[in-house]
Amino acid sequence: MSIVEILFWFLSILALGGAAMVVASKSPVHSILYLILTFFAISGHYILLNAQFLAIVNVIVYAGAIMVLFLFVVMLMNLNADSEPQQKNKWLLYIGGIAGGSLLLVIVAALKQTAATTQLVQMNNGDAGLIKNLGMVLFTEYVFPFEISSVLFLSAMIGAVVISKKEA
Amino acid sequence: MQALTNRAKAVERKPMSLLERAYLPAIFKGMSITFGHMFKKKPTINYPEVTRPFSPVFRGLHILNRDEEGRENCTACGLCAVACPAEAITMEGAERKAGEEHLYREEKYAAKYEINMLRCIFCGLCEEACPKDAIYLSETFAPANFQRKGFIYGKEDLLIPNPVTEPEAFAKAKGERGKNK
Amino acid sequence: MLLSIDSFLILEKLVLIVVVVMSSLVIAMYATYAERKVAAVMQDRRGPNRAGPSGIFQPLADGLKLFFKEEIIPDFSSKFLFILGPCLAMLTAMMTGAVIPWGNKIHFFDRDIPLQIADINIGILYVFGVVSMGVYGIMIGSWASNNKFSLMGGLRAASQIISYELAMGIALIALLMTSGTLSLKEIVEQQQAHWYSWNIIKQPLGFLIFLICAFAECNRTPFDLAEAENELIGGYHTEYSSMKLGFYLFAEYINMFLSGSVMVSLFFGGYDIPFVNDAALADNIGVNWIALIHTALFFFKAACFLFLFMWVRWTIPRFRYDQLMNLGWKILIPLALLNMLVTGAVILFQQNNWHF
Repeated sequence: MSIVEILFWFLSILALGGAAMVVASKSPVHSILYLILTFFAISGHYILLNAQFLAIVNVIVYAGAIMVLFLFVVMLMNLNADSEPQQKNKWLLYIGGIAGGSLLLVIVAALKQTAATTQLVQMNNGDAGLIKNLGMVLFTEYVFPFEISSVLFLSAMIGAVVISKKEA
Repeated sequence: MQALTNRAKAVERKPMSLLERAYLPAIFKGMSITFGHMFKKKPTINYPEVTRPFSPVFRGLHILNRDEEGRENCTACGLCAVACPAEAITMEGAERKAGEEHLYREEKYAAKYEINMLRCIFCGLCEEACPKDAIYLSETFAPANFQRKGFIYGKEDLLIPNPVTEPEAFAKAKGERGKNK
Repeated sequence: MLLSIDSFLILEKLVLIVVVVMSSLVIAMYATYAERKVAAVMQDRRGPNRAGPSGIFQPLADGLKLFFKEEIIPDFSSKFLFILGPCLAMLTAMMTGAVIPWGNKIHFFDRDIPLQIADINIGILYVFGVVSMGVYGIMIGSWASNNKFSLMGGLRAASQIISYELAMGIALIALLMTSGTLSLKEIVEQQQAHWYSWNIIKQPLGFLIFLICAFAECNRTPFDLAEAENELIGGYHTEYSSMKLGFYLFAEYINMFLSGSVMVSLFFGGYDIPFVNDAALADNIGVNWIALIHTALFFFKAACFLFLFMWVRWTIPRFRYDQLMNLGWKILIPLALLNMLVTGAVILFQQNNWHF
């Protein structure tokens, strides 16, 4: 195994294990910490794909800002096992499990179809993720969706301001 | 309500001007002040290495005086204890036996002489009351101690060194005070 | 080829990492001493002067004291997270040093060794990523303490760092528009040409905003609400003792030094010698000597920033929380946006040869 493959498997296990622990862990704060771990593993994957800009933006925005806000809210609300609603219906658990399993099956089957036809991810030589190329693509080919998304953010910001003004 | 005096002054509470709200001019002013203080002379005295000079009228720990031949001056008359406003002095008198003439100047002497330095206010009234020139306030102060009983100074702590056997220590204990007399 | 292994490269990077980590530790150590001395002289005092000649061994004595203190881990706290908090704070503080160019290069064993651990093309964004990770050290530690005052301190620190990161980023964007690169090494090299090509000349307002935000990011006075002792006891490190507390305090000084280094690289020409043609000088006295001068000069510039941090701390009182948020959101961010707009307009005019 080359070092890239070792890193890939290590990061994949980290990401999947972290994601599983997000669901499994009892304390919400621990869940968030595992989620941060998952984000870091995903950033590692981006770096393996030579998409450094995406990796670092993932760290700054998701792990650095959004997760801090999550942590903020959870810490302030002081969630713990006592405040969680009691799970009464045992059948609900089984049904949920079956439904989730079926969904997983469908996704795996669908992915299996596509994986055969498309090429595997380009490792080592793809440089679409470097900041210069990314910027070029964003501001030429995809400038319209890019601007649309900025309008979306603006409206979200204004919405937040309006909501917080109403309270005062 | 009517004002009691005409000196009351209303505080001006006008909104800050743009320059004031920018904070920065005020911050730079403050920073120049602190920078200027870096070059000022430090008033601190490096205590154990350098000591401050005491004023000539400083009243510190008491000493019991001896005369030139090394005999104790105190006759246990009790005038110092009477004069003491803090009631810090206790003493017991005793009669001088034959053969002790080189130790005590007069026929009566203090067998026990204690000053409680925690009570003492270092007013110097004992010094003024003494008719025999026996008690002085020196130029040192009581060192710290862990126990209260360490602050009750007995005769062995208070007596000045013998001028005949240890003249330097005597001169040192007497200090500037002795020279003036 | 990505990630191909060159054992000599690994060795030289390893040595560089060790040197950078050790020197930032030593500098942080002596920054504590310098802080006390600076505080003393500004208040007409003498400062520490007992341990060694004029107190030069005071940091060692402080460190020894911290090591010998009792380790207290409060009951009902999450023990793992309680220990993780200070470790994260220390780790993120150290990690910034990886992308800072401490000097140009040295020539040893027929190899040019760059004096920078990693010249990645997203250099300055990496710094931002690490800084935003620094919040977790404080937040996790404060939550794991299971103490309301600690939690308040941690939340204050987190909200403050997030708020000021925005203005910092926008101020930086204006700088990046003029330099056209994210790599710190290239930014430094662009400033080498003349004495007036330092970015502080091009971006004075951007520097001011960046500086103020750097104060806030380091949790230094006037923005040290996270440890406002008159409101929150000790803030996020109320429950910490011994070397874990030392880690938090140490991380603060390392952060100060490294944010000073980042500002030196971004705005003050990095290792550039002002008024001197560095390339010509390098030909005269050799690459290694010039690297030595460069590194010494870089450390001197960073030390000036350390002094500035201390100077401000002992001059300015603490902001109130609402003032802090007002300053961040209502003053600094609009100012930074304005700065960005003006910079963009000027760049456009320049490209258009000053015609509309």
